[in-house]
Amino acid sequence: MSRRIVPEAISREPWQVILPLFALNTFGSVVLYSAAGGNLKPWALLHTIHFLVFLVMAFVISRLPREFFKAITYPAYAVLVLMLVIVDLFGAVKGGSQRWIDVGFMQLQPSELMKPGIVLTLAYFFDTLPPSMTKSWRALLPAGALIAVPALLVILQPDLGTGLSIVAGAAVVVFLAGLPMRWFVGAGAAGAALAPIAFFTLLHDYQRNRVLVFLDPEKDMLGTGYHITQSKIAIGSGGLWGKGFGNGSQSHLDYLPEAHTDFAFATMAEEWGILGALFVIAVFLWTFRWGLNVARNAPDRFSSLLAAGMTFTVFFYMAINTLMVTGLAPVVGIPLPWISHGGSALMTNMACIGTIMAVERWSRWSGSLSGQ
Amino acid sequence: MLGENSHVSSGTLKNSFERRSFLVGGLQAAVGVLLAVRIGWIALVQNEKYATASESNRVNLTLIPPRRGAILDRRGAQLASNRVEFRIDIIPERLVDKDNTVTILTRLLGFDAVQAQDLQDKLEKARGYQPIEVVSGLEPKDFDKVLVRLPEMTGVVAHQGFTRWYPTGPSVAHLIGYVGPAAAKDYEKERNPLLVTPGFKIGKDGLEKYFENNLRGQPGAQRVEVTANGKFVRDLEYREDVPGKPMRLTIDGPLQDYASRRIGLESAAVTVIDCHTGELLALTSMPAFDPNQFAGGIGRLQWKMLNEDDHIPLLNKAVRGLYPPGSTMKPMATLALQQHGVDPDERVSCPGGYRLGNRYFRCDAVHGSVDMRGAIEHSCNTYFWSMAHRIGYDAIAPVAKLLGLGQEFDLPGVNQRYGTIPDAAWKMRRYKQEWSAADSLNASIGQGYVSVSPLQLAVMTARVASGKNLTPSLLFGHTKPPGPDLPFTPEQLQVTHDGMFRVVNGSGTGVGSKIDIGGIKMAGKTGTAQVRALVARGHYGDWKGRDHALFVCYAPTDAPRYAMSVVVEHGTFGARAAAPIAKDVMTFLFDPQTALDRLHELEKGWGGTPVERMKSRYSTFVSQYGTSAPKVGDDDAVKAAIIKADQAQAPIEAPTNVPATTRPEEPVEALPPVVAPAPAPAPTQAPQ
Repeated sequence: MSRRIVPEAISREPWQVILPLFALNTFGSVVLYSAAGGNLKPWALLHTIHFLVFLVMAFVISRLPREFFKAITYPAYAVLVLMLVIVDLFGAVKGGSQRWIDVGFMQLQPSELMKPGIVLTLAYFFDTLPPSMTKSWRALLPAGALIAVPALLVILQPDLGTGLSIVAGAAVVVFLAGLPMRWFVGAGAAGAALAPIAFFTLLHDYQRNRVLVFLDPEKDMLGTGYHITQSKIAIGSGGLWGKGFGNGSQSHLDYLPEAHTDFAFATMAEEWGILGALFVIAVFLWTFRWGLNVARNAPDRFSSLLAAGMTFTVFFYMAINTLMVTGLAPVVGIPLPWISHGGSALMTNMACIGTIMAVERWSRWSGSLSGQ
Repeated sequence: MLGENSHVSSGTLKNSFERRSFLVGGLQAAVGVLLAVRIGWIALVQNEKYATASESNRVNLTLIPPRRGAILDRRGAQLASNRVEFRIDIIPERLVDKDNTVTILTRLLGFDAVQAQDLQDKLEKARGYQPIEVVSGLEPKDFDKVLVRLPEMTGVVAHQGFTRWYPTGPSVAHLIGYVGPAAAKDYEKERNPLLVTPGFKIGKDGLEKYFENNLRGQPGAQRVEVTANGKFVRDLEYREDVPGKPMRLTIDGPLQDYASRRIGLESAAVTVIDCHTGELLALTSMPAFDPNQFAGGIGRLQWKMLNEDDHIPLLNKAVRGLYPPGSTMKPMATLALQQHGVDPDERVSCPGGYRLGNRYFRCDAVHGSVDMRGAIEHSCNTYFWSMAHRIGYDAIAPVAKLLGLGQEFDLPGVNQRYGTIPDAAWKMRRYKQEWSAADSLNASIGQGYVSVSPLQLAVMTARVASGKNLTPSLLFGHTKPPGPDLPFTPEQLQVTHDGMFRVVNGSGTGVGSKIDIGGIKMAGKTGTAQVRALVARGHYGDWKGRDHALFVCYAPTDAPRYAMSVVVEHGTFGARAAAPIAKDVMTFLFDPQTALDRLHELEKGWGGTPVERMKSRYSTFVSQYGTSAPKVGDDDAVKAAIIKADQAQAPIEAPTNVPATTRPEEPVEALPPVVAPAPAPAPTQAPQ
């Protein structure tokens, strides 16, 4: 019915996801408006503008042909690795941790771009890998190297959180590519065994401290534990209906740290209660479901792996952030896309969405072709 | 499974992708469910706990120190009140940039080096949330200056509040005590957040300390919304404080002040008792500290001043000072003699001394033939020695105790020392020695082991004057009923009264202090008590070696209304140093204007009122020592200094310290030097 009124080019877009995401982002703007004490500035307005700009970017990405994706995969990977090396070198020279390069008009965070980047790279790698080699060790080694290089470079920055999300995104692609299940079980077991050793040897003091505090927030009430405790107070005091728009004392009176970025979910839950939280969770789950459906209906291996990997990248953001603010994960500096303020992460996530949209287009194309 | 390995095709991979994508999807759904459950747990089940936590974050409860109950005199005039003031405090724990804040504050307030140092000392001693008074009683314009800069000085609290104010300052210092910020120890004991509220003061000494619970009141409260950084957002609720209960004393405020000021440069205690009721009208000890200056903590130089003063301003001499009463005991002794059958008209010949065995006790003068009245009038030792030898000292000691000497009185908040009325049993217990006849002679004229407090002397005088067994009281409306009747007949009392009348109005030792205000006359008895044995009385050498001067008196003589004791430490002769003070204080009771005129005249010569003199002395100290004075200790150190002051006060020094070579035989007024052997050293601390 609507097809007749709305032009085909527009009605074909996945509005069932774009509109909920827009609603989610607008909700984020409302939360940021309140967090700024009832002001569009400095966050709320920019948050919406960011979304619209990156939505355009997503549409552009969705129009890119599959061959273009494949063609830029390895060059893009190389450039990103190079940028990571540069960032690490800068960090070594300046001392302390360095995460971005100033490219004039904006600060580019290569580790952030590496999250979809590694997904793309591995999707292409497994696409080109002969199926018969999938379960051999020879396939695993180059894949492992492709993951290990950027992951180590990011962890060296040091940015363990982003490093782990690169590994997680990559691992899911590898998993979906069909490598033997027992390898993952084995790796999981090895990881569980090595984790305590890594905890005491590889982690920096502040990282170790964050984990310890996560296990017992009351131990460090004025330090890192303070963040978790205040976040739980914000969510817990919101109750079912929340304190109401503009009434969040935890965020307004500065008890909640990073109320507009990493802890924006808690800011939201304080004012909008469980209902607000359920809405946010629902939009995310809806988006993931769409992403995986696109992946399953994708025309080829590359597209499937790409769409699924991008979905998981978005999921990883959401999972880590929400588990952190509810006290189920250690404090890691990962924002909640569409809710937290911050252009860099939103750009990455919208790029993921754009890529999934592209895959959807490809499948429609091949679908209509086969239909004819 | 193993078989699959060899036949991997794109079809099997697609199937595997399909299966595994559902696994991933399942994981995502699981996280969603986990989150929903977790949030439900926190926000529904634990909602109350977190709502409370959020509320206690948001709301800051500020206690408003209660106004302290006033301390009033018998007519309702304020001896201790509260005054509105602007004050600045520092809460050390909240200081962010300590050095910078202190620099700004000292510049804004125009502190000199000494004041800045005192502030630094307080900061160093500070613990946690215990607030530190920077300054109180600020001018509004100075207060505004600080207020404007407050945002850049985290940890500094500026507010308007009430502070303790003692209108007559040092005059009531020993009686009432003083207040100050609660010590960390007080807080640990009481765990009351009020104690660490800026501006709150706790009673530190005297009545302020003893009646703390009555005087404190209930704090008010202010609920305000604050940010995490403690920044004020808005007022939520305000509750007025409940002021502490006022307390009325029997003290006559103007009299207390007059007596304190009349003491002048001496180190003395004046005690006045109402002969009808036993109420204490004045209980003074000078020099004293200024309790107004103690309230915010003691500065180094003030501390140095107090500690270095040989007049021991930290000692309440009226109740804690012990002195041999000397001849002031004689009226009491005449009652004891009469009680044991001595005829007042019996005459004793005084050849200028008394022989006991092979020792000769020298009297002041050759008094010739004296009866009982004359013995009081002329303070003839020979009479009392011979009589004491006859009836025994054991007959005198009980009367001394009966009249209040060596007794402790039930006066809440007044920490007394009760001295010694020695007897044979006491000496055996204390020194493991037999009581000797010489001891009796010494004790009968208020020397030797005898030591009493000025308060006891006043009670004794009031009992002798009124013939009633009066009990001293300090709380107005809580007059204590007199004890059992005294076992003296009016005739016996009249003899003693006659003697005391003649001391002042006849040809006695105190005629220089005679008063006659519209027919009102005073009766009394002088006393000069040895400080050092084997040194002539009236010794003019170093101040510490001089005799104590004492005077007890009452007026009017026909119907006694007021009884008084005056003890001037190292004042030389009773008639010279103590009686004139008594005369003026007594005059003040009947003719205040005349007495005040005399005081103003005297104060011109002394360099002003006690407060003025303290101030000029302080500025001398500032220019002399600047910031070089040693630090002030905490409350314990203050207490230790007071205890030290207590112990430094010794009625009689050990004979071994005495330069035995100087014994000029000058004509003396009241009391002879005791010829060998020297009295045993009297204890410096209250025995028993």
